[in-house]
Amino acid sequence: MSHAEDHAGTRRDFLYYATAGAGAVTAGAAVWPLVNQMNPSADVQALASIRVDVSGVEVGTQITVLFQGKPVFIRRRTQEEIDEARAVEMSELIDTDDRNANKPGLEATDENRALDEAGEWLVMMGVCTHLGCVPLGDGAGDFHGWFCPCHGSHYDTAGRIRKGPAPQNLHIPAVAIIDESTIQLG
Amino acid sequence: MAGIPHDHYEPKTGIEKWLHSRLNVVGLAYDTLMIPTPKNLNWMWIWGIVLAFCLVLQIATGVVLVMHYTPHVDLAFASIEHIMRDVNGGHMIRYMHMNGASLFFVAVYAHIFRGLYYGSYKAPREVTWIIGMLIYLVMMGTAFMGYVLPWGQMSFHGTAVITGLFGAIPGIGESIQTWLLGASAVGQPALNRFFSLHYLLPFVLAGLVILHIWAFHTTGNNNPTGVEVRRGSKAEAEKDTLPFWPYFVIKDVFALAVILVVFFAIVGFMPNYLGHPDNYIEANPLATPAHIVPEWYFLPFYAILRAFTADVWLVQLVSFVTGGIIDAKFFGVLAMFGAIAVMALAPWLDTSSVRSGRYRPMFKWWFAILCVDFMVLMWVGARPTEFPYDWISLIGSAYWFGYFLVILPLLGVLEKPITPPATIEDDFNAHYGKDADASAAE
Amino acid sequence: MIKKLALTALTALALTSGGAYAAGGGEQHIEDFKFSFEGPFGKFDQEQLRRGLKIYTEVCSACHGMKFLNFRNLGDEGGPHYSEDEVRAYAAGFDVFDPVLDDTRPATPADKFPPSNLETAPDLTLMAKARAGFHGPAGLGINQIVKGMGGAEYIASLLTGYTGEEKEQAGSVFYENTAFPGGWIAMAPPLEDELVEFDDGHSNTAHHMAEDVSAFLMWTAEPKMMARQQAGFTGVLFLSIFACLMYLTNKRLWAPIKKKAKES
Repeated sequence: MSHAEDHAGTRRDFLYYATAGAGAVTAGAAVWPLVNQMNPSADVQALASIRVDVSGVEVGTQITVLFQGKPVFIRRRTQEEIDEARAVEMSELIDTDDRNANKPGLEATDENRALDEAGEWLVMMGVCTHLGCVPLGDGAGDFHGWFCPCHGSHYDTAGRIRKGPAPQNLHIPAVAIIDESTIQLG
Repeated sequence: MAGIPHDHYEPKTGIEKWLHSRLNVVGLAYDTLMIPTPKNLNWMWIWGIVLAFCLVLQIATGVVLVMHYTPHVDLAFASIEHIMRDVNGGHMIRYMHMNGASLFFVAVYAHIFRGLYYGSYKAPREVTWIIGMLIYLVMMGTAFMGYVLPWGQMSFHGTAVITGLFGAIPGIGESIQTWLLGASAVGQPALNRFFSLHYLLPFVLAGLVILHIWAFHTTGNNNPTGVEVRRGSKAEAEKDTLPFWPYFVIKDVFALAVILVVFFAIVGFMPNYLGHPDNYIEANPLATPAHIVPEWYFLPFYAILRAFTADVWLVQLVSFVTGGIIDAKFFGVLAMFGAIAVMALAPWLDTSSVRSGRYRPMFKWWFAILCVDFMVLMWVGARPTEFPYDWISLIGSAYWFGYFLVILPLLGVLEKPITPPATIEDDFNAHYGKDADASAAE
Repeated sequence: MIKKLALTALTALALTSGGAYAAGGGEQHIEDFKFSFEGPFGKFDQEQLRRGLKIYTEVCSACHGMKFLNFRNLGDEGGPHYSEDEVRAYAAGFDVFDPVLDDTRPATPADKFPPSNLETAPDLTLMAKARAGFHGPAGLGINQIVKGMGGAEYIASLLTGYTGEEKEQAGSVFYENTAFPGGWIAMAPPLEDELVEFDDGHSNTAHHMAEDVSAFLMWTAEPKMMARQQAGFTGVLFLSIFACLMYLTNKRLWAPIKKKAKES
């Protein structure tokens, strides 16, 4: 802009800088909505937390629900299953982290993985930690818990990896008990 | 690039020289931005920048909308509502895209009529003009197909009517219409292909825009006097011109900012004013809206289409001469496309020795009537086809053709133009010089 | 001259375009209700929306649906703004079809309202945008600039526009209505005084209820109206400042050029 020949240099510069600044802010403000629209929309966010009615789940059975595009196992365990899980020593485990989003970083005891004190409810992502297959349940595998048919990973009655290629225990999502018949995921 | 002598890009630093000898991209940008521009351009020369902005706006918002839109007859309408309700800021993006189309057409009409008044279409700028007309046609096609996508009642039945125009072509019309729709009626195939083309055509537009700019950078801009820039030497040319950057960029962006204030006021406070309420009803093939009305920017040509009914003597005559091949329906279609064709032929229909309408005392009035005619046609295009609207649209259509086919050629012979200033510099100095009337800011 | 022409052109354009859909049948009478959301800074009235929802639930939903509205939206700020538990309890009162279960189940906040029960009853979600109460005059669209599109006014006028006349045609009964295009509507008068009891003790005359349910339907049609107006206002304000700066910059930039012309 060397064409301008007036001598009010600083005032001119200030005006030019202010205009350029305003232009830059305008452009930035225009770009932000174009970026932000790719964030999860309200309908996706609304499914970030769902409630599951578990009143119909009998002892010794489980249901599988779809949560954020992935299966979640909700199992109401028998006393034998609980006892079997609680009798396991830490030294026998492949993965000693509880992998529980609600109690992060603790030891993989059954108490740390079960949803309630008594250990009746066990809620886990139904995704094998090896390559993401959905394991079979209802006492499948050598440890009477879950068994992944893809590459033969065996999980025990607390969903902990005991044998096979999977590196970690089945993950436990954020979950809470709302009332006797309702569990909230997320 | 330009025929007007001016400085070219000289690489100075090592890295500039390195790039310059491999790819002259900086030089191209420099020549484009620093192009000598007549310094007497008035406020009607801002529309090019506004149009470029519109194209960018429509592509940016459009690409984003596609991320959430579903081109399926059962899901399209709901996916628009998903955008309006759930997507972050989706309602603003969609309303900007909707009203952006209107801004695009406001600007293109202003731009076209600017060219018609100042004789921008005349030699040597015919190619710029023809490419401009192509841009306008592609714009109309893009806008029409975009209007189909929300899959509302107007989308659906409007598509049926517009593709029906092609069905009017004698003999092969029905096959063409079926080919366009991919079926005998509007449905999934039509929606899917219009979606594809609506995404493609803006990029075709961008290519045409580059050609359009290239063409007028070759000939140099027209200006309000219609007098060419002196090209004898660089010093002479510099008396008539200023570089596009910063002088005209700043001026145009100022104008753009003012226009966007109005745009945001409409988007924020009356975003559906230019739309049609029926398009908020999901498409239903079993129920046609009481009145099918195209978007406002098609109305002048829609009026011309409807003007030529079977009781117009000209239509009867043509029908008789052609043995019924050209019936009223086909005549209307020909008239609609003809109305754009005569505009494209303006460079060869205008016989005047003077370029700018500023120095043409009779032309000015005929041109003013043309502008009013365009507005009147736009108005009757949305009115029912009954008296007196049928007569108004017929007279309006007749004037449109008369202006281009009769008045423009005749005026060159009948009119005695005023002598334009000798140079652009003279015009500029007369305007801003000592004796200039401050109120004569044209 | 060209500038005057351009101005006339733009004005005429602004006037004609809005009138694109002016043509309606018959002599319609639309009352210009005063809604809280009108005007550039208007807002939805939370209590009114809640009353409107109650009218919708107890009266309209018998036949009509709202398949584009999610239950969770009832908790939106600026809308009815119910608490999460209230929304959950309200949603549970509706049964929706779940394609995974291949059966119906009680709705959750993430579900949408059920569609219309009657094939002839149009969906109401967007009704307030799918109708324009105000037209013209003469297709010029001026009324829509002055009074707004009038979708909510149309609905309220329709609900209060019954004259009490009936006629039978082709086996179905039609009711005379002063707001309905053509004058005869198949929907029986849905509202009567004291039909719905409001918790806040608000007047429940048919006229008031028509107003409340119309306001509610305006919200269902355009739930983001407040956000939109705010964005529009920010845009206008900011671009005005930018335009002023650009004006000054442009003037400053051209000053020496114009000065030189003056001296020539």
